Amino acid sequence: MTPASPAKTIWLYEKQAKIYPRSVSGRFAVLRWWMVGLTQLVFYGTPWLQWNERQAVLFDLASRRFYLGGLVLYPQDFIYLTVLLLLSAYGLFLVTAVAGRVWCGYACPQTVYTEVFMAIERWFEGDRVRRQRLDAAPWGWTKLWRKGGKHAAWIVLALWTGFTFVGYFTPIRQLWAQSFTLSFGPWEWFWVVFYGFATWGNAGFMREQVCKYMCPYARFQSAMFDHDTLLVAYDDARGEPRGPRPRNTDPRAVGLGDCIDCTLCVQVCPTGIDIRQGLQMECIGCAACADVCDGVMDKMGSPRGLVRYATQNGISGRWSTSQMLRRVARPRVLVYSAILLAIVAAFVTSLALRLPFKVDVVRDRGALARQVGDGFVENSYRLQIMNATETAQRYRIGVEAASLALAGLALASADSIEVGPAESRWMPVALRLPPEAAARAGSGAHLLEFNITAVASGESVVEKSTFVVPR
Amino acid sequence: MSDFDAAGWSIYVAALTLLSLVACLVLLFVAARRQVVLRADGTADETTGHVWDEDLRELNNPLPRWWMWLFIITVVFSLAYLGLYPGFGSARGLLGWTSVSQYEDERAKAAERSAPLYARLASMSHEQLAADAQAMGVGERLFVNHCATCHGSDARGSKGFPNLTDDDWLWGGTIDKIKETIAAGRQGAMPPMAAAVGSASDVRNVAHYVLSLSGSAHDNVAAQLGREKFGICAACHGVGGKGNLAVGAPNLSDKVWLHGWGEQAIVQVVTNGKTNMMPAHTGRLSNEQIDVLAAYVWQLSRPAQSVKSAKTPQ
Repeated sequence: MTPASPAKTIWLYEKQAKIYPRSVSGRFAVLRWWMVGLTQLVFYGTPWLQWNERQAVLFDLASRRFYLGGLVLYPQDFIYLTVLLLLSAYGLFLVTAVAGRVWCGYACPQTVYTEVFMAIERWFEGDRVRRQRLDAAPWGWTKLWRKGGKHAAWIVLALWTGFTFVGYFTPIRQLWAQSFTLSFGPWEWFWVVFYGFATWGNAGFMREQVCKYMCPYARFQSAMFDHDTLLVAYDDARGEPRGPRPRNTDPRAVGLGDCIDCTLCVQVCPTGIDIRQGLQMECIGCAACADVCDGVMDKMGSPRGLVRYATQNGISGRWSTSQMLRRVARPRVLVYSAILLAIVAAFVTSLALRLPFKVDVVRDRGALARQVGDGFVENSYRLQIMNATETAQRYRIGVEAASLALAGLALASADSIEVGPAESRWMPVALRLPPEAAARAGSGAHLLEFNITAVASGESVVEKSTFVVPR
Repeated sequence: MSDFDAAGWSIYVAALTLLSLVACLVLLFVAARRQVVLRADGTADETTGHVWDEDLRELNNPLPRWWMWLFIITVVFSLAYLGLYPGFGSARGLLGWTSVSQYEDERAKAAERSAPLYARLASMSHEQLAADAQAMGVGERLFVNHCATCHGSDARGSKGFPNLTDDDWLWGGTIDKIKETIAAGRQGAMPPMAAAVGSASDVRNVAHYVLSLSGSAHDNVAAQLGREKFGICAACHGVGGKGNLAVGAPNLSDKVWLHGWGEQAIVQVVTNGKTNMMPAHTGRLSNEQIDVLAAYVWQLSRPAQSVKSAKTPQ
């Protein structure tokens, strides 16, 4: 028996250390706040816009109509949602290939809400060190009101976010009126509270862990990265060896690099990494470290940009900005742009050519055909006519046989129908064929086309069907 | 399934379900920790101690603790779900939920929702209903769901299924008769008459006489010969072949041919007889629904009124 080696039990799950990002100011922080304002103006504001006396953007799930400004979409138009998602995906690919994770750093809802929630947190609890002290302190009145106030403000904002989200599916003005009496429907309650809870939890507590452990995009974007992708980079040739020095001394004279090892870049990082160790998968490209380091360099009398947006080639080859910019037009970026452009073109063309009504032809299933007096043959159909405009429309029904054998085929029912705004109507239609034509055509199914024309605009839709002559 | 009716199987399945849930938890806790061997200086390296391909080592990069809680929550959820709903073997579950009761609940809710509408419609006469767009919208949907399979979407019927848009009625076209037909159904029967009529040529002659009644193309001589034999038919169809609403005997003097047109079709019906039936809808439809549906069918055959179709939500 060999002597047992000393062993230790390790856990593959561990409580994560809480991150206390220090507040930062600078040009990238300002840019981020502009993006926060812009994205949230769009998100919170859009449902309040009106169009023709109704909500401009409304996804009415109950009646399955999706209003986007002047567009009225039916569930049959879902392909447009697919295209929209494709557009978003390729848009992200392109931005990532060129500029790295700027989406993550400036526009992602997770970043945006975290930014807002952290501002509220700072207002109640102070900056990094004060928050650390407050968390370490025993519970007392001060801690209670600071924490309580923060959560109250967070919850109000979170519920407002949930309310706005539901406002895209239920008319928001009606929802607003209902909120005074708390008379939402059960699903509205669920989604206001659930979306609010998710906002509170993700922006208040989960924060960087969403990016590190939950976000799939964070993980697959490394596939879009290459050495010419913009990232937040520490210029170690310039910074090392790091070490403290008095203000306005030439670092080279004391045998040091520009980095004074103040660790501010680590303190401001919302994901808790040290950018000086190089590109890490946690980095969301927010450039908080670049902002804070620029401030330090200003004070130390050194040039800015020790931590900056640069490409990997740019850092290692000491390239100028224009040298890096020249590398933007590389095959990867061109291919992404071409695909994106093609999808945009297809999307716009398809929307422009989209007819504002749709027709489905359904043959009656109970009986294929019937013989009426004097040997006439009739087939019956139901036409579903979907009006995608917001005015009542009259549609004229026409029929055309594919072959001459069906000459004499005619409508034996009303030849037009009025369909209300954004309404869908079923219309029974009968077609009649004279006995001679039936004999000429012979038994079996014969192709024909329904031609449905909107009377007001003259636009028409052609739908194929068959006419059955019985044996 | 009868092989598995014995209570033992139910217990077996329930035990197996429970066991796999427990196994999930055990696996979680066992796999969450590892024993690593310490180095000579007594410190642990940063790996999980997992080495493969001789020198590849796995760094320990622990997931957050809350991730483990997600697994535990799913197990707790399963236990609650299995307990509340019929999950453990053949146990009924604490909520007593069944798919039938859910279906009935939903039906009751739908009936409750439509009650005010039917309350309004119930107070109206059939003429009022026929003039009311909403009532006719309801009527059309009822027709499409319950009648169109046989009578066609346009209510013009087909062979064996009467056209409801003309003025030719087997059992009567008054509102009361239509309600009666919908509610209780109809059973139309014509016995095989070949033996009573006579020879095959007699049957053919009768057929030509029947064709002559409506002025359809026929053989005049055969029709004259068949006239006398028609006496037997007149018992139900009447002397002039005008039909009889009381027994559902069709009018033979119009050009409506429910069971086929021409000599051959008539010979076949006379020879073999015909049984035709319309199913009763009491129980499938409420009385209020039958009233609205009857008014819808009634107005279909009134030329002054155009068929009002109404919006469907999709």
